[in-house]
Amino acid sequence: MSNEKIQAGLDKYNASVEKATAKFPERPNLPEQRLYTPLDIKDTDYADEIGFPGMYPYTRGVQPTMYRGRFWTMRMYAGFSTAAESNKRYRYLIESGATGLSCAFDLPTQIGYDSDDPISEGEVGKVGVAIDSLADMEVLFDQIDLGKVSTSMTINAPASVLLSMYIAVAEKQGVPADQLKGTIQNDILKEYAARGTYIFPPRPSMRLITNIFEYCSKNVPKWNTISISGYHIREAGSTASQEIAFTIADGIAYCEAAIKAGLHIDDFAGRLSFFWNAHNNVLEEVAKFRASRRVWAKVMKERFHAEKPKSMMLRVHTQTAGSMLTAQQPNNNIIRVALQTAAAVMGGTQSLHTNSRDEALALPTEESVMIALRTQQIVAYESGLADVIDPLAGSYYVEALTNKIEKEAWEYIKKIDEIGGAVAAIEKGYIQKEIQDSAYKWQMDVESGAKTIVGVNKFQIEEEPPKGLLKVDASVGVAQCKRLADMKAKRDNDAVKAALADLKKACQDENENLMPHILNAVRTYATLGEICGVMREVFGEYEAHVNL
Amino acid sequence: MAKVRVLVAKPGLDGHDRGAKVVARALRDAGFEVIYTGLRQTPEQIAEAALQEDVNVVAMSILSGAHPHLFPKVVNLLREKGMDDVLIIGGGVIPETDIPALKEAGIAEVFTPGTPTGDIVDFIKANVK
Repeated sequence: MSNEKIQAGLDKYNASVEKATAKFPERPNLPEQRLYTPLDIKDTDYADEIGFPGMYPYTRGVQPTMYRGRFWTMRMYAGFSTAAESNKRYRYLIESGATGLSCAFDLPTQIGYDSDDPISEGEVGKVGVAIDSLADMEVLFDQIDLGKVSTSMTINAPASVLLSMYIAVAEKQGVPADQLKGTIQNDILKEYAARGTYIFPPRPSMRLITNIFEYCSKNVPKWNTISISGYHIREAGSTASQEIAFTIADGIAYCEAAIKAGLHIDDFAGRLSFFWNAHNNVLEEVAKFRASRRVWAKVMKERFHAEKPKSMMLRVHTQTAGSMLTAQQPNNNIIRVALQTAAAVMGGTQSLHTNSRDEALALPTEESVMIALRTQQIVAYESGLADVIDPLAGSYYVEALTNKIEKEAWEYIKKIDEIGGAVAAIEKGYIQKEIQDSAYKWQMDVESGAKTIVGVNKFQIEEEPPKGLLKVDASVGVAQCKRLADMKAKRDNDAVKAALADLKKACQDENENLMPHILNAVRTYATLGEICGVMREVFGEYEAHVNL
Repeated sequence: MAKVRVLVAKPGLDGHDRGAKVVARALRDAGFEVIYTGLRQTPEQIAEAALQEDVNVVAMSILSGAHPHLFPKVVNLLREKGMDDVLIIGGGVIPETDIPALKEAGIAEVFTPGTPTGDIVDFIKANVK
């Protein structure tokens, strides 16, 4: 059919619609068009913009065969209480068919404090496992072969320290560093913008990150040195376009910092990975994944002149949207997570964590985690969604939406470039304010009823308080502090002192790569708090300024 | 009557401040004077800020599970400073079963996920001294 014929048909259709909308007014908050046709993608060049899986611009996926060869990695984020408890949960997950580990650390660990620091009171072992030293890391991975498993660690400001501990545990298991597979989140910019577990100011933080890039490119070549994260930006309230735009802007800042430090783009870009949110709107999410791959490929090729294909591939881990879980009628969350899983899979994710139904209330129970993992397995093996590659390609709507999200992302990236890049845009509070405004609009839409959340502002019922929630006992903190004291009494304190003094000197010399010095300190059983304490002394701490 | 002054505070170490910021803005739009502390405030810092800013309401948000420890600590410090009239409320990821103990400790009301901001505004208007 020619475009003229389609247009004539569309005009006729639109005329017929007027009568219908007079009788049945349409719902609020819908996409601007009710129907998409070939006319909406008539300017999209298939070869240039959509193409083939495993080929530039990777709109259809980064691997040539995607899930026909191997499903995505089913990676469940877990960790709580002590290293011994978390080790048990990891081994349970591996036995249940999880194919990768994902470590959650408690907040003192994420902010570089030991469990016995006064500021850690009440937080030890709460949202993740408490790690104070190499001794805890040894327990965390007890009987888990680090040569076989791939491990993702949600750690940012002190990522260099936790990665060093992982390398040191592997050494003890007899696994060389060049065999290690996994990811550290290591994305400090989104901590300032959305997630909040920063320690140092941007400049030394960027140095630590480029130090890790450089060290790993030589010594831990299979390690993903950063997971540039939109997940938390979305959780903080951004839109889909903002999620990928702000994250890719962060990615640009990391590349620029690494290049400024003397690295070549193709030496590190292949180890950059991303982290997306799988939100409620299935088709919008699929389009977001596709658009993000296309934008990143173009950034790498056109802006940074990368030559290796791997440098241009946006590889992504995904987590279903925690902020979309409701405390009301928590079993409904199982359905939400299933749809979000469908979106991530049709979007072509490389790995996925599915949230549990009870996470708006507490940490998940083992039963809830099992349902969440089974959700992935049902989508993988039963739904057919993983049977052909990029199954929604060619949908007029999904292609048009992919184009629209890409366009909006470019507009934001341009705006951030004008401000002076992601670091400047965060320092000026621009990105934070954009996210806050979107979050406020979302909340107001829910409260006005423009947006319906089942069980929250519609279809509510009287409910009994849920039973059987997981609780982390306060005694965990006491026990962890005792473990720490015992360890400190046993270690060679002179060696610790010497290693920390050496680290301090290295911190003061901007041209020194800190990784070997941190690894050296970790091996002496210097604690996370001691190591970060030295860096705090030299680097100072970041202070946030909030404009409501 | 003078404007009601509210301190929105994030005790503990968690960085999830979407809720705190949305509530802060909704309270401001409802006509209150709002001061937001930012992240990672110790109970001492919050009590001191409440005193310095001479607020009528302290509204705290925690999503890490540290609420049984930190909420009562702030209440005690405020009372020690003689701020007996300050209305103290809390919110976040807080299991229903924890709420009676928090109320016992002096938290006037606990708002859990899904609460419309209007409910918080109404509660403050009805209970502020």
